[in-house]
Order: sequence, then structure tokens, then C-alpha cells
Amino acid sequence: MTSISPYVLEAVNISKRFGELQALANVTLKLRAGSFHALLGENGAGKSTLVKCIMGYYQPDEGDVLFGDRQQAITNPNEAMLLGIGMVYQHFTLIPNMSVAENIILSRPRLPAIINWKQEMTQLREKMQAMPFQIPLKAPITSLAAGEKQKVEIIKQLLLDTKVLILDEPTSVLTPTEADEVLGQIRAMTRSQNLSVLIITHKFREVMNFADEVTVLRKGQYVGSAKVSDVTPPILAEMMVGREVISTPLQREPTAAQQPVLTITNLHVNDDSGVPALSGLSLSINTGEIVGIAGVSGNGQRELVQVLAGQRERMDGTITVHDHDYNATRAQMRQHKFHCLPEEPLRNACVASMSVADNLAFRRFDRPPFARNNGLLDRKAIRSRAKELIDRFNIKTPGPSNPIGNLSGGNVQRAVLARELADPVDVLVVANPCFGLDFGAVADIHQQIMAARNRGAAVLLISEDLDEILELSDRLLVISNGKLVYETTPAQAELATIGKYMAGH
Amino acid sequence: MWSYIESIAIPVAALLLSLVIFSVFILFSGANAIDVLEAIFRGAFGSWFSWQNTLVRAAPLMLTAICTALPARIGLIVIGGEGAMVAGGLAAAMIGIALNGLPPLLVISSMVLTGSLIGGLWIAAVGAFKHYRNVNETISSLLLNYIAIAVLNFLVLGILRDPASLNKPSSYPIGDANMIGNIGDTSIHGGLIFGVVTCLILWFVMRRTTFGFAVDMIGGNRRAAQLSGLAVGKLVIVTCFIAGAAAGLAGMIEIAAVQGRANTSLNAGYGYAGILVAFLARHNPLAIIPVALLLGGIRASSGLLQRNFDLPDATTLVLQGIIFIVILASEAFYGKLNWFKPKVVTA
Ligand SMILES: Nc1ncnc2c1ncn2[C@@H]1O[C@H](COP(=O)(O)OP(=O)(O)OP(=O)(O)O)[C@@H](O)[C@H]1O
Ligand SMILES: [Mg+2]
Repeated sequence: MTSISPYVLEAVNISKRFGELQALANVTLKLRAGSFHALLGENGAGKSTLVKCIMGYYQPDEGDVLFGDRQQAITNPNEAMLLGIGMVYQHFTLIPNMSVAENIILSRPRLPAIINWKQEMTQLREKMQAMPFQIPLKAPITSLAAGEKQKVEIIKQLLLDTKVLILDEPTSVLTPTEADEVLGQIRAMTRSQNLSVLIITHKFREVMNFADEVTVLRKGQYVGSAKVSDVTPPILAEMMVGREVISTPLQREPTAAQQPVLTITNLHVNDDSGVPALSGLSLSINTGEIVGIAGVSGNGQRELVQVLAGQRERMDGTITVHDHDYNATRAQMRQHKFHCLPEEPLRNACVASMSVADNLAFRRFDRPPFARNNGLLDRKAIRSRAKELIDRFNIKTPGPSNPIGNLSGGNVQRAVLARELADPVDVLVVANPCFGLDFGAVADIHQQIMAARNRGAAVLLISEDLDEILELSDRLLVISNGKLVYETTPAQAELATIGKYMAGH
Repeated sequence: MWSYIESIAIPVAALLLSLVIFSVFILFSGANAIDVLEAIFRGAFGSWFSWQNTLVRAAPLMLTAICTALPARIGLIVIGGEGAMVAGGLAAAMIGIALNGLPPLLVISSMVLTGSLIGGLWIAAVGAFKHYRNVNETISSLLLNYIAIAVLNFLVLGILRDPASLNKPSSYPIGDANMIGNIGDTSIHGGLIFGVVTCLILWFVMRRTTFGFAVDMIGGNRRAAQLSGLAVGKLVIVTCFIAGAAAGLAGMIEIAAVQGRANTSLNAGYGYAGILVAFLARHNPLAIIPVALLLGGIRASSGLLQRNFDLPDATTLVLQGIIFIVILASEAFYGKLNWFKPKVVTA
């Protein structure tokens, strides 16, 4: 039994079923000691389910997890943590009202009954010095942008005595530079220390640059494993979808005479703690134009989207759509065909406990045919519309009446996209739309955004992925410290100049 | 399917556990727990007489439960049913006294409207404070209870006091002609119909109307509701108004079907017991009906316990309290019960 295995962790023949849906069928994954192993697959392929089975968050229906002396499945995440397996989940698990330091300290599997905060803080500050990135320890989680929260999640695990670190799409919310930095540091730790990493990602670039080995899943089935040096992105793509992948380039059509649709003047907005997040931001977007806003996360992007989405009050300034004042009421959204895809869709745009069908109906549930004029819901119509959208937008769900919170991350994103883009759109506000999507879906969404633009929509694209902005935008703006500091077009853009403005110089 | 089993299994298990804890309490007070439980059952559902007693007590509970259940659906924990019941009942009594002599149908309808209106405004204020000033709704609704009771005492001991009421200071009567009668030749008054009908209507509203859908959206995730442009503030206030109106109606019924005049019976604790009913029913208006019967039954058995076992009057309140705490604790188990879901461990 104690023959020396080159593997630190083996998940053998894991099967897991959710009701009708076979999420995993006989999947095996072997993680070599000290290696950096990537797990690939389309949205809904079962990647998160597999790692959750390893962590004991789910109990596999069949199969074992071999780790150290253990020969059987781990029964709960706390046990996994004590064994030295740490995981960063796809959805944030931080407690929003607590500070960064409190979150880090409270995440330890064994806490003393009385916490000596002073001593803990001193130790934490020391240990933070060695971390690949820095976060203000006293900041409340609510005040952090997605990218910063992800860093806290990773630091939280690194500070525990972790032998196997599992990362579920850790870089989705990071800029490519940040991602390279984070992954570089983590990879260095696999070389210098006793750390093995299993990472779920949709970005081939990261697999090729950082991973040693890769395992691919497709629709709950094991497709294969390989050394990264033996594969190329096209091979991986083919393994993921099961056929050769041909990409169609984006078609940017010339649009007719441009008129301003969305105009923002002198916008002032505060963040949760009352500190100005936007100070005097002005911009105007024309019909058939995509304006991209680039910037390091936490420079006011989140607050800008929230104001436009009606989730935050403005202190000063005006917003007009088609020359009418815009206050994000339901009537105005409908009149101006104003749609929005915020980041973290499960948190910002969905009710997790309501069904997929209900979530797809948020825009139109009070209109015929979903409601008769006296306000009675037609659940049948809601369901059949949901079925249509599920097919059209390729949302993978056990059924329309499944709670949307159970869907895989990418499929939640698709569901929101379906809701917001199924109807004609005049104004579209999009924030980090491809967070967590597989390459097929990314291409799909870029096509959809471009198509909306070509049909004459004014699109505001806020993204931390500069490549995405360069690819989609007609005009590019840089946000820094709550102000737009630079404007250019993708054709004339110089990365160095953009980087300089993003960094706030 | 699983969540359906769960929503029955957890409350039932919680109830059983409460009975066990209650039995321990009974043992300490020197009585035989089995006998006491049996007596509670007899006092609640053992005969047609006890059934009538139970139904009479269940009626206001259904309405005060709505006062907690509806705001809970939109994400507010409101415990102001007691105050809304007092305010509504007091207002109804005042209208009844003022209009006494006019045709009874007119008087009774005016009392229904006034009682619900004042009760509704009482809780709508809680919603408005919450939405516009971010005042914690649980605290403000609790404080409003004390205010309502203070106003009741002030009026009943003051200008409204009927000098003929000696032991229990009360207002002038609304007049026998203006009382809501009993159903058939039972001792169950018409208030039960108000309670059941209100629960059924609200169940339908929550399930089948766009209003109910919007309320569940806001309660589920306010940000998603805002993103869809829902008028969150307006919906919160309207929901609170309906909730308060139900409790105000309970107060009106207490006046027009039981007491005939305003006095401290208005704050006999139906409002607080309604909170318990709402949580037991998981804020589902349909489930409130059977749960109110159960709690009404426990309250109905109180007299029997006092007579047969010499247990203090508050014994059934202790049982209520235990149930409340166990139910609140049991909330933590939803979605986490996988002990008897299939699990394979191969060694
Ligand atoms: N708790 C659950 N109940 C029901 N179905 C579930 C549950 N969790 C996951 N599923 C389903 O299982 C399938 C696999 O989901 P999983 O989250 O593992 O996908 P994934 O590979 O991580 O996808 P993504 O890249 O989008 O995150 C999906 O179809 C999902 O809808
Ligand atoms: Mg996933």
C-alpha cells in the first residue's frame, strides 16, 4: 500500500449525478507531486463538480480520492483543509462585511477560542511581505473590486499550510498582467516548495505558459491527459469540443450617420464607504459604436456600471438616453431598450434561488404574453420562452425549473446574456462579459456584442481584459481614479501609453 | 422534489424536538410529561368543543402571521404584528363607537376598512423608514409595538373609558348590533373566514401574479431587482402595507367579534405568536393556515393545563417559545441535509 507513487492526489473513477443529469461519469485525474496541472473543458463539462468532489464539498456517487494515506473520498471541505488541500472556489466565498484580515484569519480550519487579533495582525503583516501581491488588510471586502477579491481568496489559501492548491478559474477577473504575475508566483512555489497545483482555466495562454500537464473533460466524460509540451491550443480545443474548431472573425460593419445615444455628463458617485469613486466623469456613445473602458480594477468601473444599472445613487451629474433624462426605472429601460450585463452575474443580475425560467423572465414577466393585463402570470409562457432561450443560447441546465444557482459558472453568464440580448437593444452596458466563459462562448459573446453594435446599439464595454477591448471597441477610453484620462482608437493604440495611463501616471 | 420533502421534514422534526425539550421542562415542574402532552392534544383537538376553541384562536393568528410572512418575502424581518393589531383594532373600535346607531353593515364595513388602513399604514411606515432612511425594520417595528400599546392604554384609560367598566378598563362598546356573529350555531366567529380567505388570496397573489414575482425577486436579490428596474421602494412599502392591513384586520375582528370594545385584550400576544406561525410556515401564506391551527390549539389548551395539572398559565407560552427557538435554529439545515442521500464509501 505504501509503494511510492509519483502522484500526490488521485481522483479515481469519479461519478456524480444531479437528478437526471450525469455531471461526471467515471472520471480519473492524477496530480503529480510538485506539478502545475490544468483542467480544461467547456462550460458545464463538470470541472467544478470534479474538484468539489475532491474537496468533499460533494460526495461522489462512485469513486475514490487517494491522498497521502487516505484511500477514500473526503467527506467535507474542512477535512480537506486539515489534510492540506486548499481550494479557491469559482464564486467568491469572502464575508462581505468583514475586513481582508478578518476573512483571512477566520478561514483557518482550526481557530483558537479566543483570537489574539493584535498578534495575528502582526504575523499576518509579516507573512504578507512574502506574498506575490499586496492588499490593504484593513479594507472591507465590499469595497474591493472582483480582481482584488480574487487575490484575497488566493492569499487566504497560500497562507494556510497547503500542499495541494486547487484553483477554480482564478484568473477570470484578473488582467492578463495580473494573471501572469499571480500564476508565475504560484508556479514558482511549486518549484521551490512542496506545493502541487490543480487549476481550472479557460485560457489556453495560461495553460501553455504555466502548466506542466493538462487533463480535458467533455460533457462529464474523461477525454485525456497530456504533457503540455506535447499539445497545442488547437489540439486542446478539439479535445474539448470533440471536433475541429473553426473560428469566424468578427465582422465590424460600417454604421450610418452617428448620433449620440447615451450621454453622461459630470458624473459624481461615491463607493460603499462614501469615498468618491467617480469624480466628474463625462462620456458620450453613439449609435452603432462600441466604447471600451480599460483600467485597473477598482478605479470606479464597478460604480459606473452600478449607476447605469440602477443599483447605486449618483451624487451629481446627468445621464441622458436619446436626449431624455435617465434614472434606470423600468419604464425608461423598456422605452430606451437599455440592457445591462454586469460582472459577477449570479450576484448582480440573478436570484440564485429562483428557477432558470424565472431568471430569464426578469425583463418581461410583467408584459404579455407572460402576464395578462390584470397582472396574472402565465407560468406556461414563461417556461416555453425559457426553453426557447435555453436552446438558442445553448445554456446547459438540467431544466428550466432548476434553480439558477446550481448552474455552472459559465452557464449562469450565458443565461443572463440570453435575457439581455434576446430582445432588440439600443443601449448595452457590459462589464467583464467573458469572466468564466470557455473559448467557444467567448467567441459567441463577442459575436453577439458586435452584432448588437452592427444593428445600431450603443455599447459601453467595461473590461479588465485589454485584449478584449482592443478587439471589440471603436473607441477606447482609459479610466483611472474615477476619471477618464485618455482616449484613443484601437487602431492607433500604443500599449505602452495605455499602460502608463492605466497605472495613473 | 428534494426541497419539497425537506420543507416538510425539517419543520416536523423541529416540532418533535421542541416537544422533547418541553417534556423535560414539564418533568422539572413536577408533572407527568406524557399526561401533559396528551392534555394539550385533548384541549386543542380532542372534542368539537376544543376544536371550536382552537379555531377561534387560530383566526387572528393567520392574520398576524401574514404581517411577518409578507415582509419576509421581500427581505424584511418585521415583528410589528402586535402593534399593527392594536392600532388597527383601536381605530376600528373608535369608528364603531362613533358610528354606532347607523346601519350595522355600514358600521362593520367602516370598521374593516379603518382597521386595515391604520394597521397597513403602521407597517408601511416601517417599510418607508427602512427604504428611505435605512432604519432597521426589526427594531422600528418592535418599538412601534410599544407605541401602539401606550396609545391604547392612554385612550382606554382616558377619553374613551366607559365608566361602567370597572375591573378591566375598556372603551365604550361598539354596540351589539355591530358585532360580527358566529358561524351557524357554533361559537366560532366570522373572523375565521376573514383569516382563511386572506391567506388564500395572498397565497394566490404570491404565486400567480406579477406583484408576487416582483416581491420574490426583491427578497431574493435586491441588486437583480434594481437591474431590472423594479421600483424597489414602492414595492417594499406596498408589501408592508398589505402585511400591516392583515394585522389591523385581526385587531378589528378582536373588537367586533370578541370583545365588543377596546381594551388590553388587544395586545394579548397574538401579534408575537404570529411571528412564530410565519416562520413555521416558511412565510408561505397557504402553510400559515394549518400552522395557525396548531398554535391556536396550543393556546386553547392552556386553560385545561391550569385546571388539571396546576401548571402556571404561562406553560403554553413556554412551549411556544421553545418551538420558536428550535424552528429558528432549524433554518440552518435547509439545503444541508445529505445524510440520507445516497453515499458510497469504498475502503
Ligand atoms: N448542485 C447542482 N445541482 C444540479 N445540477 C448541478 C449542480 N452543480 C452542477 N450542476 C450541473 O452539472 C454540470 C456540470 O457543472 P460544473 O459546475 O461542474 O461545470 P464546469 O465544468 O465547472 O463549468 P464552468 O466552466 O461553466 O464553470 C452543469 O450542467 C451544471 O448545471
Ligand atoms: Mg465551474
